[in-house]
Order: sequence, then structure tokens, then C-alpha cells
Amino acid sequence: MTQLTTTADDAPFSVLLIYTLTGMAALASVLMTALSPDPLFRLHGWIFTGAFTVAFLVMSAGLGHDRFRSDESRYEDGVVRAGVIATMVWAIVGLGAGVLIAAQLSWPNQFYFPEYGFLNFGRLRPLHTSGVIFAFGGNALIATSFYVVQRTCKARLAGGLWPWFVFWGYQLFIVLAATGYVAGITQSREYAEPEWYVDLWLTIVWVAYLLVFLGTLWKRKEPHIYVANWFYLSFIVTIALLHVVNNLAMPVGLLETRSYSAFAGVQDALTQWWYGHNAVGFFLTAGFLAMMYYFVPKRAERPVYSYRLSIVHFWSLIFIYIWAGPHHLHYTALPQWAQTLGMTFSIMLWMPSWGGMINGLMTLSGAWDKLRTDPVIRMMVVAMAFYGMATFEGPLMSIRAVNSLSHYTDWTIGHVHSGALGWNGLITFAAVYCLVPWLWKKERLYSLKLVEWHFWIATSGILLYIAAMWVSGIMEGLMWREYTPQGFLANSFVETVAAKHIENVIRTIGGLLFLSGAVIMTYNLWRTIRMPGTAQAELPATSAAPAPALQAAE
Amino acid sequence: MSGLTYETVARFAQQGGTLYFALIFAAAVAYALWPQHKEAFQRLAQLPLEKDESEDV
Repeated sequence: MTQLTTTADDAPFSVLLIYTLTGMAALASVLMTALSPDPLFRLHGWIFTGAFTVAFLVMSAGLGHDRFRSDESRYEDGVVRAGVIATMVWAIVGLGAGVLIAAQLSWPNQFYFPEYGFLNFGRLRPLHTSGVIFAFGGNALIATSFYVVQRTCKARLAGGLWPWFVFWGYQLFIVLAATGYVAGITQSREYAEPEWYVDLWLTIVWVAYLLVFLGTLWKRKEPHIYVANWFYLSFIVTIALLHVVNNLAMPVGLLETRSYSAFAGVQDALTQWWYGHNAVGFFLTAGFLAMMYYFVPKRAERPVYSYRLSIVHFWSLIFIYIWAGPHHLHYTALPQWAQTLGMTFSIMLWMPSWGGMINGLMTLSGAWDKLRTDPVIRMMVVAMAFYGMATFEGPLMSIRAVNSLSHYTDWTIGHVHSGALGWNGLITFAAVYCLVPWLWKKERLYSLKLVEWHFWIATSGILLYIAAMWVSGIMEGLMWREYTPQGFLANSFVETVAAKHIENVIRTIGGLLFLSGAVIMTYNLWRTIRMPGTAQAELPATSAAPAPALQAAE
Repeated sequence: MSGLTYETVARFAQQGGTLYFALIFAAAVAYALWPQHKEAFQRLAQLPLEKDESEDV
């Protein structure tokens, strides 16, 4: 008899709180949608309303069936599985948008659609950048951080249902950002295009993420905080800070999309690149280094090469990165001393970056034979090699004299892609290849042969891409500074665009190859998930034999 | 109030900041290299290798 009365009465507090807030948010969105004079605001109002209503209904059904009970003796892996799926879905979307805009640059007559303004390059370009950085990379970071923090703290994720709020709240942010871009809602800040109300929503989600992560660290049964968690935590804290400051703005009205930044002029430029470069430093570097420090030792079955080096790596990286932003503003109104400061710190960054790369690569000491037999290890090694290459090229390009040639050219685009495709893309793919068999309880991946194919197709694609961009970048940089004997500029802008045609075609092919690799991977993962599982093959953590203590190679 | 000029604030921020950050960084390096931490770090370097893919905490 008592069973009948227990359903919703003693649901966990986090569930009831999120349930109540979701219901209130749904009502508020309906009101704001109905009252707004701005059609674009109403579009997003409908998306908010739809998302909150669906979430409210799903939670109502779940509460009725007593679904949301969290078992402290088990890890929360469901939200990691969802994150892995989202990572791959957004990879295809973000990379696909990239291939489309590369095709627009290569064949403007075929891929420019005047009757569909939302497919214009200017609308799709932020869709591509946010799609790969925040949707693909962000989901990978959230999913892996939730996995790693639980395993290295030996504690279930804190916050009950809040990790799920973080996951779905983040997907809502992505949908709002993406639909906003194609609809033409933008505040024109690099990598921070979403308008004020989407920024506020992301702030709420991000604070919840921070609290879930901190709460899990707080509950840990391991006395030390493993180095990967330091990197994840610095990523979460710094992104919160960067996001809030860069997006300080005054909306035109509470029911309007448009807002005006709190900053103007050169202060605005500096704020944007303080944000922009640290999005690279803390989103695309610190977070992914956390992946490296967990998945490389795990896959290679070797201890971290030097744990001491990893601590020095961490502190030197975060001390130096935050100052490097002004190298984006050489030869601008920014004072010369500030430009030089940014340049100097960028050059200093080379040391911690390579220290970290060496630490990751040398972790394979004693396991180098796996490079031959395991394509996932090979993917990790090439990812770290690209990290090393991109972090050598970056300091080089930050030098004012080099920058005078490279700035605003395709060289910068090539540099970004050797980091994003080579480092972030490949290390994420490798981590996901590790995670899927663990999360879905499979003996192995469906096909290592397909991983092999993925590896070679993706690597060839990156090489084609960056080689083409080096050529076109240096060429257009030289064309822009070419003078006639009379002192006039020798080339018009459109001539430099026309000169890059072949390189643009090669870059499109490179991008298409990288996208094909991701499609092959998605198929492979899908088949892996559908394989018969290992029936209770896993031993419970308590009775597992302690791993033999391997000596670090340091 | 006359002491609070741009120059004094800038000097305090630049020199004080340099000293402050250098000290924190020195403390971090000392922590990393402290001989007594060696054992803990050797254990931590092994931490990812523990077989814990199961869902049980």
C-alpha cells in the first residue's frame, strides 16, 4: 500500500526544482513571444516555448513513473552517452556547413543562392564556426569532462538531474545560436555572435555546469584532484568569465533581439580579442588537453610521462595564455606596447605548449608498438603532433613582421584549421572511439579497419587543407603589398580572390575528406552500439584486481 | 587624491602584478618539484589506468 503514495512525493529536490523552473520558463516564454513586436524575437520565443514545454511534459511523464532517481553507487553515464551522440551529430552539421561555404568560395556562381538569403556566406560562416567549436567541441568537452571527473574522483556526478539540465540547456543554446545566424540575428562579435538573451541563457547553463563539476570534485573519494580535472575546471571557469565580460551589452528593449555592446572603439576590439583568443586558449586548448591527459594514458595503458611536468604545464599555460589576445590587433589603433605585450606572451606560450605536447607524446614510451596496431593511438599521436605544429605556427604568426604578411589572409585560416581539425578534431574522435565501447558495454569497436580508413582520410584532408591555405595565404599577402613603379597598388582585391581559385578547390576537397571521415566514424559507432553487449563481463570496481603499477617513463 | 595618477596606478599594476604572478608561479613550480610529493604524483600518473569502465562507483 505504501508503494502507491511514494511516486511524486519524494522525488529528488533537484528534479522538482528543475520541473518547477521549466514550467515557469515555459509560461514566461509564451508571454514574451506574444508581447514582442520583433518578428525575429518571436521566432526565438517560439523555440524557447517549444523547448520548455516539451521538457515540462517529458518531466511530468517521468515524475509520474518515478524515473529520476539517482543511485549514488552508480556513475551517471546516461548523460555522457547523450553527449557522445550530440558530439557526432553536430560534427556532421558543423563540418557540412564548412564544406558548403568552402564550395561557395570555390564556385560562387553555382553555390550562391540569391533567392535564399539565409544560405548566404555571411550567415553560414558563423554557423560553421560555432557549429564546430561550440556544438561539436563543446559537447565533446562536456561529455568527456562528465566521464573523466566521475572516474578520477570515484564519485557520481553531483546535482541529481542538473547534469541533464546542462546537456539539454546547452543543446537549446546551440539551436538558438544556429537558427539566429541563418535568420540574421547577430551581434557581430567573433565566436560570440548570439544576442543578449541567448548569452543570458548560456550563462545560466554554464553556471549549472560549473556547479555540477565543482560538486563532483567536492564529493571525490580520491584525495588528489587529477590533472585532467584541473584543465577542465580552468576551461569552465575561464569561459564563464570571458563570456560574461565580452557580452556585456544593453538591449534595445526587453522584447527585442538587438543590443549594443558596453564597449566601443579600441577597447571593444581588445575585449573581443581578449575573449576570442582565450576561447582558443581555454575552450580549444585547456579543455582538450584535459582529454589528452585522461584518454592517452588510458588507451596506451601507460602512466602519464611526467606528472610533475603536467603541473608546470598547467600553471604556465594558464598564466601566459590570457595575455596573448592583442596579437590579433597588430597595426591597429591599439597602443604599440599592448601589441608587443601580446606578441611577447604569444612567443612565451610556445614553451608550455610544447612541454604539454612532449608530455602527451612521451606517455607512449614503452607502447610505441601500438602506433602500428591501434589506429586510435595513431589518431592521438597525430593530434598531438598537430597541436605541436599549430602552437609553433601561432607564436611565429604573432610576430609583428610576420603578421604584416599573414594577417587577414588564408594563412590564418589554415593555421586555425591545423589546430581545429588536426588537434581538436582528431583528439575528440580518438576519445569518442575509446568512450563508445565503454559506455555501451561492448568488447571492442565494430571495425578497426574503418577507424584506419577514417584516420587516413581525415589526415589527408587536413594536409590538403592547410597546404592549400599556406599557398593561397602567402600569395594573397604578397599580392596585397605589391606596388607598381608609380606607387599604386598592383592588384585589385578581386584579382587576389580570383588567383586563389585552385587553392579554394583543394581546400573544399580537404574539408570534404574530413567530413567523409566523420561520416564513416558515425557509421562505425552506430554499428558498435548495435553489436551484442558484453554480458556482465565487467567486474565491479571493488573486486577488480589493482592495476600493476607501471613505472612512468620520465 | 593627488597621488592617484595614471602613472602610479599603472606602475602599481605592472610591478605589483609581475611580482604577484611570479610568486604564485614559483609556488606552483615548487609544489610540482617538492621531493615529498613524488610518491603521490607517481600514484596519480597511474590514475587513468584503473579499470573502471563499469557503471559501479
